[in-house]
Amino acid sequence: MWMQAQEPSSIAIRNARVHTVSGSVLAKGTVLVKNGLIEAVGENVAIPADAWVIEGEGMNVYPGMIDAMSAIAIDAPITAAGGFGGRGGGSGLPMPPVAATQTSAPPARGPEDRPRTFSWERAADKLRTSDPRIETARSAGFTSAAVFPMSGIFAGQGALINLGGENAPRMVVQSPIGQYVSLSRGARGSRGFPSSLMGIFAYIRQTYIDIDFYKQQKSAYEKDPKGKTRPSYDRALEGLIDSPRLMMPAVSKREMERILRFADEVRTPMILYGAHEGFAAADLLKRSGFPVVVSTKWPVMPADANPDDEPSMEDLTLRDRAPTTPAELAKAQVKFAFTSDGQTPNETLRAIRQSIARGLAPEAALRALTITPAEMYGVADRLGSIEKGKIANLVVSKNDLLSERPQIQFVFVDGVKYTPPPPAAPAKPARGEGNR
Amino acid sequence: MRTLIVCLSTLGLWAQTAPVVIQNATLYTVTKGTMRGSIVLKDGKIAEIGERVLTPPGATVINAEGLHVTPGIIDSHSHIAVEGFGVNETSVSVSSMVQIRDVLDPTDVAIYRALGGGVTIANVLHGSANAIGGNNQLIKLRWGRPAHELVMEGATPSIKFALGENPKRAGNPSGGQGGAPPRYPATRMGIEDVYRQAFGETRAYKRAWDDYRAGKSTVAPKRNLTLEPLVEVLEGKRLVHCHAYRADEMLMMMRVAEEFGFKITSFEHVQEGYKVAKEMAKHGVAGAGFSDWWSYKMEVIDGIPYNMALMTKKGVLSAINSDSGELMRRLNTEAAKTMRYGGLTEDQALALITINPAKHLKVDHLVGSLETGKSADVVIWNKPPLSVYAVAQKVFIDGNLYFDREKDIRERAEKAARKKALEEKLKREAQQAAPGRRITE
Repeated sequence: MWMQAQEPSSIAIRNARVHTVSGSVLAKGTVLVKNGLIEAVGENVAIPADAWVIEGEGMNVYPGMIDAMSAIAIDAPITAAGGFGGRGGGSGLPMPPVAATQTSAPPARGPEDRPRTFSWERAADKLRTSDPRIETARSAGFTSAAVFPMSGIFAGQGALINLGGENAPRMVVQSPIGQYVSLSRGARGSRGFPSSLMGIFAYIRQTYIDIDFYKQQKSAYEKDPKGKTRPSYDRALEGLIDSPRLMMPAVSKREMERILRFADEVRTPMILYGAHEGFAAADLLKRSGFPVVVSTKWPVMPADANPDDEPSMEDLTLRDRAPTTPAELAKAQVKFAFTSDGQTPNETLRAIRQSIARGLAPEAALRALTITPAEMYGVADRLGSIEKGKIANLVVSKNDLLSERPQIQFVFVDGVKYTPPPPAAPAKPARGEGNR
Repeated sequence: MRTLIVCLSTLGLWAQTAPVVIQNATLYTVTKGTMRGSIVLKDGKIAEIGERVLTPPGATVINAEGLHVTPGIIDSHSHIAVEGFGVNETSVSVSSMVQIRDVLDPTDVAIYRALGGGVTIANVLHGSANAIGGNNQLIKLRWGRPAHELVMEGATPSIKFALGENPKRAGNPSGGQGGAPPRYPATRMGIEDVYRQAFGETRAYKRAWDDYRAGKSTVAPKRNLTLEPLVEVLEGKRLVHCHAYRADEMLMMMRVAEEFGFKITSFEHVQEGYKVAKEMAKHGVAGAGFSDWWSYKMEVIDGIPYNMALMTKKGVLSAINSDSGELMRRLNTEAAKTMRYGGLTEDQALALITINPAKHLKVDHLVGSLETGKSADVVIWNKPPLSVYAVAQKVFIDGNLYFDREKDIRERAEKAARKKALEEKLKREAQQAAPGRRITE
């Protein structure tokens, strides 16, 4: 039940170090949570008599962290090889699983067949609360995620979800938030157009031409249907029209240059994801004005690399410098957030600590995990900082949230308190409902 | 200043840093004979050429005594610098919607290697898996610049066609018998039919647009990226580079083109060009291929090393190209072979890799010879360029030095050391991050 008999009407976290993100850090602040929202925050907050109190002395309170791109709660976990990091060697982009419908369909003969397009599908309609990764992420301090279907050229529309709530509809904060685009070659077994990267670009370009034409036809028809042939409904185009922005992959600098030039043609807002070579392209990204979702899956020498293969200087440089990308983007004032890119929360946070060690200010890292992704997806009015009236997604930890052992005590999602299982790796992975 | 640089680089018009004067060299102008003298590179152009020239203030002077200077080599058939699972959009027989321009990879080391062979321009072609392939891109090998700055200014757009086994088999790996659903066509007859169908459709599409522009219809037709380039072909605004081996197919192609009122710009590979040189000259199609590379499959069994010479003598504009990142590095030697096989003159041989490709790519007013006003794309060689001992020493594009052999050699040790150090640093870090893990040496 949402409201149990013993559910406290309000909760106050008292005398804690409150990292509001939107404003200054309150050394001895109180956060009052009521009805799933932040009722009040400040150094002099009156605590109602019926409020349950958490003594925050020696504790830190943070806004819940947001994974800016994930498939959590909607899809099978991305395989280790399926991240979009990496460089060269064809495509490091995710290989979508082969859908049964794709193999039996006749091969596409051109853009008109809308190949590998699922633009009308919505992550918000596919959520599964049973995904065990929800609890794992939440226990590490991630209270929200921008989740996307990731299979197809136009894979579908993402949703910003909260990682809590007893049913899927309650998880959705905002939908749709953008269309996930993949430029990878089709899954094994997928045939037909497009079979090349240039074919994918041609397809996207034609699709946006079609959208202009479709809109024109539709509005002309709606204005005066009499005597006009009714234009055919096109769900692929409808799905794209509904998408406020495109999520475009760009790991290397040359890919960023390519996408940014392409963006001029399709005239649609974009968010670039991947961005490992962002350290060499910060000015370029700044000029573009597009936000960037940095993959925290830093490139490393593959474990199964042939020891006789000599890595190129470019590969080595990328492996060395990719973790400095966030610092460079921060310096250039590029709006950026982080994606787990299929990794566990612990791996993700370790990667972010690497970036902090390589020059990223911890405050900048925190922003990239909270308010910036909220801004990117247009939900900064309800998420991303500790402010009165915003959704009560909070993390209470003993130590610095981005330190190696933050010792998270409580996590709040929509004002509901969860207690993470003890951090020591148990023989059996911890699971089950949050402690409310 | 910063804004200025940004602005110039966006336009691809960055100016060279300082004028360059190459003195006392043997200059192979290609179009106006060979002479001893000097050449001035200024503002991206060849400013002056002659026995004696004026040295502009602030110029870098290179004493090229005993060295040889040619225009940059133009490789009219290349597939380097293309990214993303293949140079073919294999899925369809008419793939004119795709653009090589979209997937240029400015970091492909083949660019640098080609520079080292004296190449300054490459026509990056779509592959030959389709009767009507994708749109090509003429690039200057401006190594180190972003993709859009490789694109050559003033180049006429072009498209790839292909005849014979490749377009026939690419969609029919099992010969049209069973297996994956075949892609039409599976025969040479079918390829001809693909052209007729496509240009029939293109005519109808063009008519629809013409009517709209003439005010005969009020609703603009929907733009079709597959047919748009073919309209340009019909209008003579887009060149056609057609992969072709066999004489009978070339005759077919010219017939079909003439029927639809356009011209084939060049037959690529053109192994049997010598058999139909007269007909080619009449159509006005160039023959661009290899010097002595054939028999790599049945349909190229009739290649001969005299092909280029014979076509040249019959009045076909001929060119030698590489189709390979490896062959691309020694096109000068390839051109020289036509002196041995067929007795072309030095100028004729050099023309095969400079002014002739420039002509058939319709950029001969910009590049392809050492003439004042043309792009300062020049190569300094240690030996006569058609000698097997010739090695490119310096390569300029738009007057900017993009390859310097001396510098390359000088920096090798330092680059190797830097790389080694980085490799070791990464290994150390990996070991620290995961002490138990064995790191492969």
